[in-house]
Amino acid sequence: MSGKNTTRITAEKGKQEFFIEREFEAPRELVFRTFNEPEFLLQWMGPSNMEMRIDKLDNRSGGSYRFVHSLCNGGGEFGFNGVIHEVSAPERLIRTFEFEGLPERGHVSLEFLTLTELPGNRTRVHIQSVFKSVEDRDGLLQSGMEGGLNEGYNKLDELLASSIINN
Amino acid sequence: MRRDVFQAIADPTRRAILTLIALQAMTPNALAEHFDTSRQAVSKHIKILAECQLVDQQQHGREIYYHFNPEKMKEVADWLAPFQKMWEERFDRLDNLLENLKAQQNVR
Repeated sequence: MSGKNTTRITAEKGKQEFFIEREFEAPRELVFRTFNEPEFLLQWMGPSNMEMRIDKLDNRSGGSYRFVHSLCNGGGEFGFNGVIHEVSAPERLIRTFEFEGLPERGHVSLEFLTLTELPGNRTRVHIQSVFKSVEDRDGLLQSGMEGGLNEGYNKLDELLASSIINN
Repeated sequence: MRRDVFQAIADPTRRAILTLIALQAMTPNALAEHFDTSRQAVSKHIKILAECQLVDQQQHGREIYYHFNPEKMKEVADWLAPFQKMWEERFDRLDNLLENLKAQQNVR
């Protein structure tokens, strides 16, 4: 297998949406299953230093889901939930997303997952997330919240370590 | 005492506080609910964050709200980078899973 495929994240300034795009060396049916079946989701979705739990996953049009990420050190639990608008195997999944850790409800986003077949049994995954406001979008992007608190901070940790060494 | 941003983000609880208020301004009580530690401990962390200007305070009526100051954070790192990294790690795991599943299918 060739080198790693690139993950492309697009978030234009002042817009209420972002896009994630990535190609995979597997047929579309298989990729679709890894986004939908609990046993597979658990193997890749959860941030590496958090435990992921699937509280509920009623995976059909009109269904709903709730995922919980918990810090391994017992520092807290962070839930996410939404309703599933459409499941069209193997090409499309549309659902809402709400982070439960906010002091007020209503900061909901809408996610579109689109899988495209590519030659050579490959698949392109395209995710579009649309938010209620620019602030909501920036909050999610900047916080790394969606993946759990500590996950995104490796880069900061590295920076911190190097600053200590330099001092 | 003047504190720097690196010191502020060295602590996981302070990073958690930043993450929460990055999404929305919060009162001390609302913040404290997210942590197992005492309110005093959380206040101490906020004080450190405020001293290095990562957190601003605003009074609304009787309540104090803490705001995140993204401009200050940009001095430390590209704030989008953690999000990118999180998805890259996720998709790397998904690559491995897909390889395993393909191998299983070929055996059958």
